[in-house]
Amino acid sequence: MKHVAPAMPALLFLAVFFAWPLVAIGQVSFTSGAFGRGATPLTVLQDPAYLGILAFTFWQAALSTLLTLLAGLPIALAFARYRFAGQRFWRTIAVVPFVMPTVVVAAAFSALLGPRGVINQLLQSLFGLEQPPIQLLGSLPLVLLAHVFYNVSVVIRVVGGFLSGLSPHLEEVAANLGANRWQVVRSVLLPLALPAIGAAAALTFLFTFSSFGVMLILGGARFATLEVEIYRRATQMLRLDVAASLAIIQMAITLLVGWTSAWLEARAGLPLEMQPADHARRRPSTPAEHALVYGSLTFIILVLLAPMATLVLRSFDWESGPPWRYYLALGQNVRGALFFVPPQVAIGNSLLFAFATMLLTMLLGVPLVYALARLRRGQALEAILLLPLGSSAATLGLGFLMAFDQPPLALRTSVVLLPIAHTLVALPFFVRAALPAFRALDRRLREAARGLGAGPLQVMWHVDLPLLAPSLAAAAIFAFAVSLGEFGASLLIARPEYPTMPIAIYRFLGQPGALNYGQALAMSSLLMLVTASSAALIEWIRLR
Amino acid sequence: MRKHSLLLLSMAFVLSACAVQAPPPRAPAQPRTLTIMTHDSFSASEAVIAEFEKTHNAKVVVLKSGDAGSTLNKAILSKDAPLADVLYGVDNTFLGRALAADILEPYNSPALAAIPDRFKLDPQNRLLPVDYGHVMVNYDKAFLQARGLKPPTSLRALTEPQWKGMLVVENPATSSPGLAFLLATIAAFPEGSAYDWRQFWRDLRANDVYVSPDWSDAYYNQFSGSSGKGPRPLVVSYATSPAAEVFFSEGKLQEPPTGNVEGTAFEQIEFVGILKGTKNRDLAEKWVDFMLSRRFQEDIPLQMFVYPVLPEAALPEVFVKFGQPPAQFFTLPTAEIDQGRERWIEEWERIVVK
Repeated sequence: MKHVAPAMPALLFLAVFFAWPLVAIGQVSFTSGAFGRGATPLTVLQDPAYLGILAFTFWQAALSTLLTLLAGLPIALAFARYRFAGQRFWRTIAVVPFVMPTVVVAAAFSALLGPRGVINQLLQSLFGLEQPPIQLLGSLPLVLLAHVFYNVSVVIRVVGGFLSGLSPHLEEVAANLGANRWQVVRSVLLPLALPAIGAAAALTFLFTFSSFGVMLILGGARFATLEVEIYRRATQMLRLDVAASLAIIQMAITLLVGWTSAWLEARAGLPLEMQPADHARRRPSTPAEHALVYGSLTFIILVLLAPMATLVLRSFDWESGPPWRYYLALGQNVRGALFFVPPQVAIGNSLLFAFATMLLTMLLGVPLVYALARLRRGQALEAILLLPLGSSAATLGLGFLMAFDQPPLALRTSVVLLPIAHTLVALPFFVRAALPAFRALDRRLREAARGLGAGPLQVMWHVDLPLLAPSLAAAAIFAFAVSLGEFGASLLIARPEYPTMPIAIYRFLGQPGALNYGQALAMSSLLMLVTASSAALIEWIRLR
Repeated sequence: MRKHSLLLLSMAFVLSACAVQAPPPRAPAQPRTLTIMTHDSFSASEAVIAEFEKTHNAKVVVLKSGDAGSTLNKAILSKDAPLADVLYGVDNTFLGRALAADILEPYNSPALAAIPDRFKLDPQNRLLPVDYGHVMVNYDKAFLQARGLKPPTSLRALTEPQWKGMLVVENPATSSPGLAFLLATIAAFPEGSAYDWRQFWRDLRANDVYVSPDWSDAYYNQFSGSSGKGPRPLVVSYATSPAAEVFFSEGKLQEPPTGNVEGTAFEQIEFVGILKGTKNRDLAEKWVDFMLSRRFQEDIPLQMFVYPVLPEAALPEVFVKFGQPPAQFFTLPTAEIDQGRERWIEEWERIVVK
């Protein structure tokens, strides 16, 4: 019990802001005749249509996770072990896709890969083709590509952060014993990094398992995940009984996946020789090492940077007037509209919420991870902590409405609910991203420090923190980015006027016309800039 | 010791976050707050709202609550502890549901006298008409011209082979214009007729119709006539979209780059109502009157790109030139919509996307 105490604030937080709203909305969904006609998780599971959706949701998430790992692991290794030009820039770029609104990413993909996109036009003119050769819109490959685009930075950061804190000592020993580089990676690095890889895989799986925007917009109408189906049932058909049943099934699977991965990680985790970050890097020397580094950069440029660069290019007007006129227009309230948002206000709100989210996540998360790392049988608890990632945002939003209508928690329309909602998503992320490194902390180092007379806070500050810094920074960046990207919160509540950058983007895209489209892309480019600079800043603070 | 201090610190943080929420004590001379619950597309001029606030010593707070369906859902769910005094943005496709949920109070506004009867769909005036618009198919002029095609002239024409792969619609399960267009086809090809709406959609599917989840994706990512330069020249949008293209071109366009396909329109009427349990009934009445007044009605077109229900409200020039309401449009009785919605959407999904 003593070990669990630091976890209590986080658990209390989840009980109040997660469990309670869900119970409240569940109660209405299953008892109110106005919203349902008696569907339950059991009846829903007997319907082959829903079983089909469930199966599809599962296997597309598994496939997305596999692809994301295949793409991300080599890059994580390249960043953790080799030194090359622009390293920090590239790593910062890699986190930007994470926050981009789906509809904007869809615009970028169709500008690149669509029937009239750059690549098709190039191929057509090169080979004199009548029809565009690449037909990806509304297809599963495009969905998978988008899932990799969004999640590869999770693998790069979580696994890369872990690896770069890991002393290369064991690798050197293996090399001295005659192992070649590939053998070192396969039999030393991979097994050691298994907990971090498992964590990244679990996060990616849950993110793609509850995929919403990507599936809706890029998948065309044929594909639906559980999350999409929940939204459809709840919004236009007003069948909350079916929606809530599906939400319960989705959470049950999240629990199962979370528990399995926690169990596997606990088995694989060992106390390791950690060291302050960035000491293990060297220049690539062999051809294989060069291939790894340049391959990683090529991937980042082609898959991550190219779509974002397309957006930036399109945010300028190349035909007439000053090219940056859409940026200028962001600051002008031509129609005298009540809901006009000056860009600096949108940026300010976004940063404020993101900072509050990061702070709250770390306040709750750091003690929580300390407690979890010391628990022997904490797998069930870890699985429960992942639940918010697998719970439908649409359902939770309605739950807030039901639960927080009375003082002292009359928060329904309060702006405070926004960072709280963001923290619900950010906290599981933080825990998962930071836990492997906390587990790997070598107890002997801390005991030695204590033996030398250091107090608990001194141990934390002088021993733990430097060793944990890369993983903590990675976890913090994601907490920040979750908020910047407004995951799920757009479905929240009745929100008063604190418009953020994603909200402004959606607002512009709600009306026709060149000016609206231009401003949406200009604001998207600013969002990328803000995200990249924030990630760079957090990184910089870590290195201080 | 460390554990306890961390615990206390975190709890203090959570509690202080809650404490921030306590409403500030209100001085008697301060303006009263009127809260309006509405969908994300609501817009108005700052000056117009300020005028209302000044006249009635009020502060208007707008709660944007998602799309039209979500907003209504939230209003119904919070029935016992209403979030707002006024609900704006229920349209004729959701009117039956809103009335059945019993969340609104009747109000016989004197301003209704000046509004044509055809917009008044609730005899008890729990929901009062504010504006109307038309969901209809737009076409890309340049695209059609380059291929020597004349725009289609009816719904049925969209199933002809020359339009194969050229139409983008929104999914009625996730989009309100998508639902309105489905209703147009149900009104045009009623159930029980020789060629019913199901057959029409089977033909559209065979003609490679593209289904987008929402208007933004359909219009900007799939439609060739927008700035997004998608691949397809026909899209389900609004009758006012061509006028909006001119307006938002900042003087670059003298003519709309897009046009409307006649015979494809469905009329959407939007309503306002006073929420049951409001403590500001008198102020809410004033707001409803205000929305129906000439001042607010004339502000509507350029803010929300729909038409005012008040006939005497003057339309802005760009509407007069390029945004006249279509001569013909489809409509369905609200009771029929309310009964059929879920079944129609499910059938539509089976026919078009499964």
